This record gives sequence, structure tokens and C-alpha cells, in this order.
Amino acid sequence: MHEIVIISGKGGAGKTTITGAFAQLAENSILCDLDVDAPDLHLLMDPEHLLESEFRSGNEAIIDPDRCTNCGICADLCRFDAIEQTDDGFQVAPFRCEGCKVCVEFCPAHAIDFPERHCGEWYFSKTRFGTMIHAQLFPGQENSGRLVTLLRQEARKVAEAQGSNIILCDGAPGIGCPVISSLAGTTLAVLVTEPTPSGMHDLERVAELCGFFKTKVAVLINKWDINTEFTEKIEAYCKDKGFTVLCRFPYDRAMTDSMINKQVITEYENGPLKKTLKKAWADTLALLEDL
Amino acid sequence: MIYAIASGKGGTGKTTITASLVSLWDTPVMAMDLDVEEPNLHLFLKPDINKINKAYIPVPEVDESKCTLCKACSELCQFKAITVMADTLLTFPEMCHGCGGCIEICPENALKETNRELGEICHGSAKETEFIMGKLRIGEAMSPPLMEQVKKNLKREARPEDVIIDAPPGVSCPAVSAVIDADCIVLVTEPTPFGLHDFKLAWEAFSPFGKPMGAVINRAGIGDDSVQLFCRQNGIPIWAEIPYDRTIAEAYSQGEIVVQSVKTLRTTFESLMDKMRAAVSEVSHA
Repeated sequence: MHEIVIISGKGGAGKTTITGAFAQLAENSILCDLDVDAPDLHLLMDPEHLLESEFRSGNEAIIDPDRCTNCGICADLCRFDAIEQTDDGFQVAPFRCEGCKVCVEFCPAHAIDFPERHCGEWYFSKTRFGTMIHAQLFPGQENSGRLVTLLRQEARKVAEAQGSNIILCDGAPGIGCPVISSLAGTTLAVLVTEPTPSGMHDLERVAELCGFFKTKVAVLINKWDINTEFTEKIEAYCKDKGFTVLCRFPYDRAMTDSMINKQVITEYENGPLKKTLKKAWADTLALLEDL
Repeated sequence: MIYAIASGKGGTGKTTITASLVSLWDTPVMAMDLDVEEPNLHLFLKPDINKINKAYIPVPEVDESKCTLCKACSELCQFKAITVMADTLLTFPEMCHGCGGCIEICPENALKETNRELGEICHGSAKETEFIMGKLRIGEAMSPPLMEQVKKNLKREARPEDVIIDAPPGVSCPAVSAVIDADCIVLVTEPTPFGLHDFKLAWEAFSPFGKPMGAVINRAGIGDDSVQLFCRQNGIPIWAEIPYDRTIAEAYSQGEIVVQSVKTLRTTFESLMDKMRAAVSEVSHA
């Protein structure tokens, strides 16, 4: 079974558009949206939720004012400045609480409760391209890495049950917690970039991260015609690093228009863009054969 | 005043707008890049970096001669960063959140603090503007603790009157950490279904903080008018609309500050600057 994750370092490079196109071209794949913070793949897939589950992870400290003696030990020990002294006594700022339990443990009055955190929802859904596993983290929540790990486990179970050998994952921007969780044990990372200073800078950082996980890397250059000189620079960099460049994809309004139509780009356009992506997908599959 | 330039969706133009605002700002200002995972502001402001400090998070180190394997530390740790395996106490520093609980609870004083590197904090200046950027070490999972250390510069005495923050994308903990200390939030989006969806998420996430907030619609004209409609229905002021224009995209791809290269944008950005200032002063006079 192969897991392909589409990431970019930089946001807005075109991850979801490319994931959507590959989902159509792959035919029998399981889809997974690992951008649990600001997911967008469902906007193209129009998923029907067959199963909805709560995602609970970690705990949060809550001070019971009736039991609190205002000794302030909790505030002294908290390394996250999450405990504030207010006119109503000590209170925990939920957005700052790390869930470390230190205040709970050391409160001499046992005045701090530590309930589990309900951080989001995750879904098992049906789409026109097959099963999709996705989620929505509640705003400001942590533990996106744990949710990414959970979605990947579920996607693998589904792939096994349905006899699918490809899991296609839309990843998160950046190089932090959720991206790290999406890389461990993944077969191939498709890095979507654009020919701009930010695109190049962020590509280099995310590619280095993939190197730590020994994840094979392929690169797709989106909006290549915005700056052809930079595109050549990126291609030279890829050649130097031994990364396959899957394709140069042009800037095209079809990208936005297909999104507005709730279609993946290869459904919306049946001409040169589809042809380019078809070849990119075939080359992606060829890379998997070598693994 | 502290202004945070944020967005739910990545790639909508936060850095473009931050760089342009900084270059136009006519009073002392500090530019702060809090997108520590993928900082890009320096690629446009091109500051001279004159100081780079490493940032660390405290993690435990075991003195095996003192440890009695009582497990008080591993039972307290919520992050699986310290555990007893057979007859050894093992630490997993990369899992540690630096809460210090294990050290505090150890009855034998067998644990002491050592450091894990989070990344770098770079200080410099771009023309008259003070510049600060956090840069996460590649492989480090936790960006908020590095952001907290960069943000200490907000509390510094004798800092420039205004600060413009380039925030990370999204609405989870790093994004919240970037906007929570701001006096005003500028939400950048684009008029597409993805832009609208993530704009709504950001609006819902940041509204409870009760800070003045306005929208900037970048690449206006490429999609539909659903963002404008949403703003109207929810009483969100639109502080600027930047039209889609290939010359802007090309200037950006050359590493240029678009308001400096594309002259027609100047009035748009000046009016954005005025609206940001007015929004903050309305609150402080209310």
C-alpha cells in the first residue's frame, strides 16, 4: 500500500487543486485531508458523511473557585502563563493551557479539574471518487498532529478493507506538527511549489524535512509561467537534489473556475491542463513502482 | 499598536500585504515575522540581519545514579516524553513540551534541565524599520514556544510605537498565538470558495477575542463575490480590495514589494493603513 502526501511548505501553492485532480485520475484511491486546521478538499469532493466521530485528545485545567484558596502556587508553576489572577480569583486561559497537568498535581486544595478536551470532529465519507477520511479541528486547538495520525490510521484500515493500494493525502502548509505527523512512513511526498522567492524558500525547507523521514520527493511547479527564470532555478535545484519534476503547470483561471463549479480541474477542463496532469499522475505512479 | 496580518488560507497574500504596509508606514514600526515554520517576509524586506539568537525549550535530563524508578515523573507527563523501560528512565526530548512537571515532582532531585533547540530568532533592520523573525529548526514540531520567545519583543521597553506581524496561516494554536496580543487583526483572503471557507473559519476563531478586525480581499476579480457577500451579511468591514493583475503577481515573483513596484496600488494601501489606524483609535476612545 502506498501513501502519497501532497504538501508545499508555503500555503496557497495549489495542494488541494492537485490532490483533487489526482483523486479523479487515480480511480481507486482512498482520499484523506490531513489539513485538519483549514481543510478545503471537501469543497471539491462534496462528501456525504457516513460516520461522524468526536476527536478527543489531551486535557485542560479548570480551576473550581469554590475550592480554590487563592494561594497562587498554580500560577507560579505554570510555564505557559496560562493562569491569570482576576477579580474573581485565579482562572485558566484555555487558549494558553498546554494540558500539562502540573497545576492539577501541585494544587494543595485539589481545586483544579482536568477534563478531556473535545478538539474537533472527524468523518468517514463517500465521494464520487471513493471513500474520504477527513476532519475539522476546532479553532485554536492543539493536537493537530495526533488527529493527523488518527486519520492516517483510519485511511489505512479503509484501504485494506476496500482493497485499494493508494492513499492520497492533501497535507497542511508549513513544516510543523501536522506536517511532521503526515510524513512518518509515507511513501512519496509530492511538493507543490511556485516560481517565487517564497515558493523556492519554502520548498527547500519542506524538502529537507522529507529528507529526515527518508520520504521520496517529487516536485510539481504550479503557475510556472509567472516567472520562467525562477522555474528554471527550481528545476536546477531539483536536478541537483535528485527530485523528479512531475510537471510545469501554467497559471490558468480554470483553477479558480473549477473550484467555483465544485469540480476538480480535470473534470472542468478536458484539454491541455488535463493532459499535463494525466502525465504527472502517470509519472507519480511510475515513481511508486521503484519503491 | 500591534497589527496582525492573518488569514485562514495560506498563500492569500499575508506577506505581500505586510511588506507593502511596512514600506509605507510613516511612523516608527517594527516588522515581525511570526510564520516561524515558513518565514518569508525577509525575502521582500531584505533586512540586514545583525544578530541571530538560538531559542531553546527546557527538557529534562536524568541523573541515573539518583533515580529510583519511582515513576512519579512518567505518571505526571502528559506527552509521553519520559518513561521507565525495564530498569532505565528514558526521556524523549522531542516529545517534551517543557512544562517542568517531571523536575518539580521528582522526590530524589534526579532530573535537571537541559535544552532542545527550537530554532533561531533573527534581528535586523530594513531601512528605518526594525525587523525580527523566528525561524523554526527543520524537524522541530512545536512552533508556538518559539513564537512566544519572538513575541517577548512586543513587551520590550523602547520598542517602536507600532508593530506589524506577519502571521502563520490557519486557525489552530500557532495562528491564535500570532494574533492574541494584537490590537487589530487584518484578515487577508481571496474571492474563491477555498478563500471564503477559510476566511469564515478565521472569522469564527478570532471573533471571540473582541479585537477590531477588517478584511482585505486580494486578487479581487478572479473568483466570485461570495466573500464580499459574507462580509456584508456579518458586518465585517472590507478595508481593501486588491485587484488581480498579472503585473502584481510578476512583481511578487521577483521578490519586489508590490506597492513600490505597482504605482496604482499606492492609494489602496494608504487607505488600508488609515482604516487600520482608525479601527484601533475608535476602540481606544470608546
